[in-house]
Amino acid sequence: MTLPLFFFYVFSTIAVVSAFMVIASRNPVHSVLFLILVFINAAGLFMLAGAEFLALILIVVYVGAVAVLFLFVVMMLDIDFASMRQGLLQYAPIGVVVGIILLLELLLVAGSFAVSPHVGTGNVVPMPDGINNTRALGQVIYTRYVFLFQAAGGVLLVAMIGAIVLTLRHKPNVKRQDAFKQISRKRTEAVEVVQVKSGQGL
Amino acid sequence: MDFIVSALDYLLGIPFLGWGHEIGFIYKGLLLLVALLVFTAYVLLADRKIWAAVQVRKGPNVVGPFGLLQSFADLLKFVFKEPVIPAGADKVVFLLAPLVTVLLALAAWAVVPLDKGWALANINVGILYIFAISSLGVYGIIMAGWASNSKYPFLGALRSAAQMVSYEVSIGFVIVTVLLCVGSLNLTDIVTAQTQMGLAYMLHVPQLAFLNWFWLPLFPMFIIFFISALAETNRPPFDLPEAESELVAGFMVEYSSAPYMMFMLGEYVAIILMCALTTILFLGGWASPLDFAPFSWVPGVIWFMLKLCFVFFMFAMVKAFVPRYRYDQLMRIGWKVFLPISLFMVIVVAFVLQLTGWGWHGGVA
Repeated sequence: MTLPLFFFYVFSTIAVVSAFMVIASRNPVHSVLFLILVFINAAGLFMLAGAEFLALILIVVYVGAVAVLFLFVVMMLDIDFASMRQGLLQYAPIGVVVGIILLLELLLVAGSFAVSPHVGTGNVVPMPDGINNTRALGQVIYTRYVFLFQAAGGVLLVAMIGAIVLTLRHKPNVKRQDAFKQISRKRTEAVEVVQVKSGQGL
Repeated sequence: MDFIVSALDYLLGIPFLGWGHEIGFIYKGLLLLVALLVFTAYVLLADRKIWAAVQVRKGPNVVGPFGLLQSFADLLKFVFKEPVIPAGADKVVFLLAPLVTVLLALAAWAVVPLDKGWALANINVGILYIFAISSLGVYGIIMAGWASNSKYPFLGALRSAAQMVSYEVSIGFVIVTVLLCVGSLNLTDIVTAQTQMGLAYMLHVPQLAFLNWFWLPLFPMFIIFFISALAETNRPPFDLPEAESELVAGFMVEYSSAPYMMFMLGEYVAIILMCALTTILFLGGWASPLDFAPFSWVPGVIWFMLKLCFVFFMFAMVKAFVPRYRYDQLMRIGWKVFLPISLFMVIVVAFVLQLTGWGWHGGVA
């Protein structure tokens, strides 16, 4: 098991360094790109833990879709880097104070943190032998907890419809293309052949 | 230090030097890489030749016999030219973008089985891996468009991102229907399933093995997959990110010499990957189309290449004679036609499989 250890160090080092770079880099687009690197390395760690389905879904959903939207929004921001750097010294003390408070709180939490002795004894679904984790996940989500899963899907559907209702505007007098109507048009409906007598016109 | 030795052994191990247990992973990878790059060079030439033939031209015919060395001449020309980087560009991201495109296109090939047991990494979520890698392909284009710091590349990148994200959804659903029939995410299993069940067995004519493949029972999905693959790889008629008549060359405007070549390379490798994926999902992978004497002697890898070339021929013909789509029509066909049809087909296929008990039940797990 020494090879996975090697890859564990590779993935986790890159993940930690690029997580730091997300907050350290001046350019927001670089921050998002580093965030993507963190996601990919986290997926690598999942893969090492034997959760290959979760790892690839993380890449498909977060890197392939969510981060693309992030990048879209951040790219379109009109940022003047010179003016951003101007106020840095002015705001630094406030930032330091907030940082210290957060650090103290984190230390307090970490100091009193203990793993509950009940962890691992609760209602955990054990993975059956001889079944890969894609299939095991499928059995848990789509068979055992299918109604809860469907309910979660329903909540998402409501959220989606809500977003559409909020943003959809019907503009009158807008010419829209109806592809089906165009395709199903016949020649007889569109073209009329007229015999024009010379010198008379229509 | 133990794990470093172990990693080196895994990657570089050579049996006859006494160090290592099997042939290092890296040699197999290099072999696949070289074969793939040479194949890409000829696919590129074939694309130009087919395009020329449709327009009654000769195409490239000067370098080497019948122009067979044209791609290599182009390679040399690109490599020896000076790369121009715009003054306002973000240099690192600008150069990273073509690298990302090529790396991702090549990385996906790690799991493609060219023959039985010929996959470099026969992982049990192979199809999901390819889907994940191809969903990252959009980053090369977005990064290029943003880093160029120029209007047309940016517009091209925005178009491209929207287009690739849209068509990925229907590709995902098409893949789901195939997975429902197979019951496994392993690419080798997908091909094996197509050799062990299907219409030819139901009609008691197992010699006509091509009836077994998924293109017949899932015909609408085959068509949707083919068209979505065109859109996903930015091939004409969906090459709106490049659209030279409106965006000059889209996200590639500012690129020259070797970085430009890497974009072209990445694009063509991705196209060949999509052809390979069509072959694996719908055309029975390495399986022989006719299961009797002279045909079943032919090695699987040759069948695989023949099918791949056939799919690529269709890609090239589409490029030659279909005019470019308008952007709103592209979005309409993706979201309003393909998405509902593929979603509906997922439900239909799931019901049919559940009610009739068809489908393959012999997967590894």
